[in-house]
This record gives sequence, C-alpha cells and structure tokens, in this order.
Amino acid sequence: MTQTPDPSSLPLIRTVGLSGILITFGHEMNDAANRAAIAFRAQIDTLDWPEVEETMSSLVSTFLRIDLVVHDPDPVMHRIRDALGDTDWLVAPLPKGRKRWQVPAVFGGERAPQLEEAADVAGMSTEAAIKGLTDTTVRVLTIGFAPGQPYLGTLPPEWNIPRLNGVTPNVPACSLVAAVRQLCLFPYATPTGWRHVGQTAFHPFFQDRDAPFALSPGDEIQFVQISPEALADIEANNTDGLGGAHWEAVP
Amino acid sequence: MSTTLNVLSIGPGVAIQDLGRPGAMANGLTRGGAADVLAVHEGAALLRQSHELACLEMVGFGGSFEAQDDMRIALTGAQMKANIDGTAVAWNASHSLPKGSVLNIGGTLSGTYGYLHVGGGIDTAPIMGARATHLSSGFGRLVATGDTLPIGRDGGHGTGDFLPLDKRFDGGTLRVVPSMQTERFSAEMRERFTQTDFRRDPRANRQGVRMDFDGPALEADNQLGIVSEVIVTGDIQIPGDGRPFVLMCESQTTGGYPRMGTVLPADMPRVAQAPVGASLRFDFITLDQARALQTRDIAMRAGLRNKVQPLLRDVHKMNDLLSYQLIDGAISATNAPLDKG
Repeated sequence: MTQTPDPSSLPLIRTVGLSGILITFGHEMNDAANRAAIAFRAQIDTLDWPEVEETMSSLVSTFLRIDLVVHDPDPVMHRIRDALGDTDWLVAPLPKGRKRWQVPAVFGGERAPQLEEAADVAGMSTEAAIKGLTDTTVRVLTIGFAPGQPYLGTLPPEWNIPRLNGVTPNVPACSLVAAVRQLCLFPYATPTGWRHVGQTAFHPFFQDRDAPFALSPGDEIQFVQISPEALADIEANNTDGLGGAHWEAVP
Repeated sequence: MSTTLNVLSIGPGVAIQDLGRPGAMANGLTRGGAADVLAVHEGAALLRQSHELACLEMVGFGGSFEAQDDMRIALTGAQMKANIDGTAVAWNASHSLPKGSVLNIGGTLSGTYGYLHVGGGIDTAPIMGARATHLSSGFGRLVATGDTLPIGRDGGHGTGDFLPLDKRFDGGTLRVVPSMQTERFSAEMRERFTQTDFRRDPRANRQGVRMDFDGPALEADNQLGIVSEVIVTGDIQIPGDGRPFVLMCESQTTGGYPRMGTVLPADMPRVAQAPVGASLRFDFITLDQARALQTRDIAMRAGLRNKVQPLLRDVHKMNDLLSYQLIDGAISATNAPLDKG
C-alpha cells in the first residue's frame, strides 16, 4: 500500500498544524530540491509579508511560520502560489550574500577515529577519503537538530555510506561526521550513528560571538587538512569559536 | 531596588523559564520556554504583572527559598505541597513572602510541572532575548542550592488571591489538527489512532512525551522513505516502534519520523501536565474548528485576571489553612471552559 505522491503536484503547499505553511520541492532529498527550498525562502524573505513571523528551509522545503489562528491559510496559500509563479525553482539561482568558508580540520587518527572505517565502507583508501572530503566544496543544505548545526552536502556517490547500526556514545563538539553523502558538524558533544571522520575547532553556534550562528543554508564550506598539533594550537586560542576558519563572499 | 530569592535547597529539575525564544527556527533553535504556557499566564494574572516575566519551573520537587526582602509570590501549574515558615499555603494562589521568611515547596501532588512566580519576575540576564533555560541547546542551567536568584522591581501589589484550578492535570482528550504528513497514514491507521487508549509513558521530558498503548505499532505508508522535515510544537511523531511522541517546546527543529498530526496549542498544557500512566485519547478536528477553539483559548487567557478571586471574603481574617478548604470547594464548583468542545 505504498502511496507515491504525484510528482506533478510539486511544489506541494501544505499547512503545518496551526504554525505555518510548508512549500515542498521534492519527495526525497536531492540537490535541486534543496537549492529550490533555499532560493524560494530568500524570495519570501524579500517579499517581507507582514503575517510571516519567520522562515526556514529544511532539506527540500521552505517553511513560513504564520499564526494560522489569526490568518486564514487559504488566501496566504493563494499568494504563495502567485509567488511561486512560473519560475522553475529547481534551477533557480541560489540567493546572493552567501559565504564561502575554509575550515581547518584533522582527518583520522585519535582526533577522528572512524575515518578509516568510513573509508573502508565507502570502498576507498584513507588518503582517497581525505582527498574527497577536502576537494569537495560542500553546501549547507539545512540547519537543524541542534543550534547552528549544519547538514552539509552533497558528497560524491561513493560516500553514500549507511549510518552505524549502533550509536557512538559521545563524539566531541566541533566534530565532523559522515553518512548518506552528507556531513554534519556538531555544535556540542553528542551521541550519534554517523561516523566521526574529522575534527575541527569551528563552533557553528557560539553564544558570546557577535554573530552567534556562523552558517546559513546555501553557504559553502571547504575543509582544509591540518595536523593534530596545528589543531591543538588553534584550540588553545579560539576566542571567537571559529577555529581558524575564514570566509569570503560567494561572487 | 532589586532583591534576591535565596535557594536554601532545591529539587533535581528546577529551571528558570519564560515564554521562550521565538524566531530562531532557521538556526536550529526551537522556542523552548515553559512546558505549561497556561500556568505562566495564570501566575501573571495572580500577580497582575506581565506574562513575559520569568518564573521557576519545577518538576517533581520544589525546594526551599528565603526572601531577602518582602516579596509577592504565586504558585501555579502542577499542585505541590507548599508552606511558608511551616504554614501550609494554597496552590493556584498568590501570597506575600515577608523578608526572612522561608517558602518550602515539596513533592508533586498532581500533574508534572509546577511554577513559582515572584512579583517583578526572576531578573537574570537575558540570552538572545529570553531568560528561558534550554538545556539541550546549552542555554542556562538547572537551579542549584546556594543560588541567589535576582528578582526584578515589583511594580504591583496585592496577594491572597486564587484562580480556580482547571482539569488539565489528569490526562483526557487531546484535539488534533491534520498536518503535512497526516495523509501518509492510511484511513485505517488514523481510525485506530483515534480509537486507542494511550498512557502517558515515563519516557517524557521537555522535548517530547511518549504515549504507550496496547496493540500493534502505528506506522505510515513507506515509513522509512520520508525526508526529514520541520517540526512544530504539538507534532505527533510516530517513530520506528510505532508509539507516538507528542513533541514539546524544546524538541529539535527538524525530524525524519512521520507526523500523524499536531495537538492543538490549547491542549498542550494537558500533554505537559499528564502524570505518568494518565489516560489520553486523540481526536481529529478540522483546521477551521481548531482556529475557532484556539481563538477561544486566547480569549480565555486574556480574561484570566477577571477570574482572580480573593482567597477569603474577609481579608482581615485571612488564614491559610482555611483558604485551603475554600480552594477545594472551588475546584469542584469550577466549570472549566477548556473541557468543552
């Protein structure tokens, strides 16, 4: 009784409880739907409708938080349809103002002990795995689960490795973990079923920083391999919580 | 002149809360704040002050608190044993706490989350616009013995009042509005969901409350093929074991398990307060019905101040033990508007 939604119905416009309206661009995670969600969120932010209290993009959807007790959803959904218009959002350009980050990281060894295992599962050498993780510029697909926590992708197909059967009881803050062609960078120490392949000193959320949240969906990250000693030096003097990372504007 | 409420001893689950931090969903941060929002509004009504002031949320056990100066307090939410310098005091009521006196709040009598409000509010430094403790996101910490809680200037006056207790403390029926993934569940599965007697499971916290039941697992069609999607408070998430979790104010912002629907915000205090083992049912209503019911709930909250009554007719003979009896009478006489519809 598998119910396959009609693809021609995309984008789907649905209410979410009494909390808002969701516009969905894909039935499964794919790069085009993710870009569409980010691009349409930017468009909604530009329109600045008074009833929209905040917006976010998840993997394949744009969410508009609107108090549906006060605002009748039907006319708002109609206006959303107008805003979608004839544009093919799957090929729409990503918004301006995005950042391209370079983030230092240690791969493998004691600081990231599951890299070799991840490389094995992906069917490549440890060296090839590190090259893949540092050559690929990944995009912030969405922020979620914990404050500021990015889901990054999309890694090359060989990185479509499953989650662990069990859960690693604790991987440290600022760790880089991999599964299903994605990376996560944890703001806090956490248990996880993803493999711990890299270690940074980059805090995606840092309360005492002028900009507590470093990343936004659509930002790009390239990881730069450094030695464990270099990471220790960065950690010893990490007052801004950026862990030696730098960014420039995406042209 | 600000003052402090000094913590002489404290239960294991006491934290500063207010109405949370809206506006940061895009950054992975749920609103958080008090688990029982109605209790916050009740405390504000009793003290005739803003509902945006911070209070203490207490789970299971309260603590002992010494007033550094004269202050006013109100006690709302889950009923707990309470006394001031050994004299029992009424719940869902406001009291004066004279300088040097000690307020003792013991174990929970009914419900789950109790609240201690202070005239002027707890005046810790806001973090990103709120004082709410959000442990899973690293905002604030639990209250500890020896803490001196800063209290804001109390611009109000008057104590010795109570609000009728409503019936949200023992489970009941939760009204559910269909949401984005409701139709991923077959009509039979949705029917069984509304015909099932659920029990509030011990596995519950500010992130979610598990609902156990006897019977086979609830599941969506293509349960594992659902892409991670936005979570809103009240979402009924059906994880792999087929036992629902009603997601609370401190949940994650996104999740990959399908959502059966969303509990009406007006019924979320009932979810929060249901004690372990309490019987709960779910009942689907339409979006239009939900909007109307929620509008009534907002009006009810706004009218709470008009429901505040003196504990005794003759305030000059105020006696806290006597007032306790009056409160009991008020409970049975109360016609709780939330229980209709």
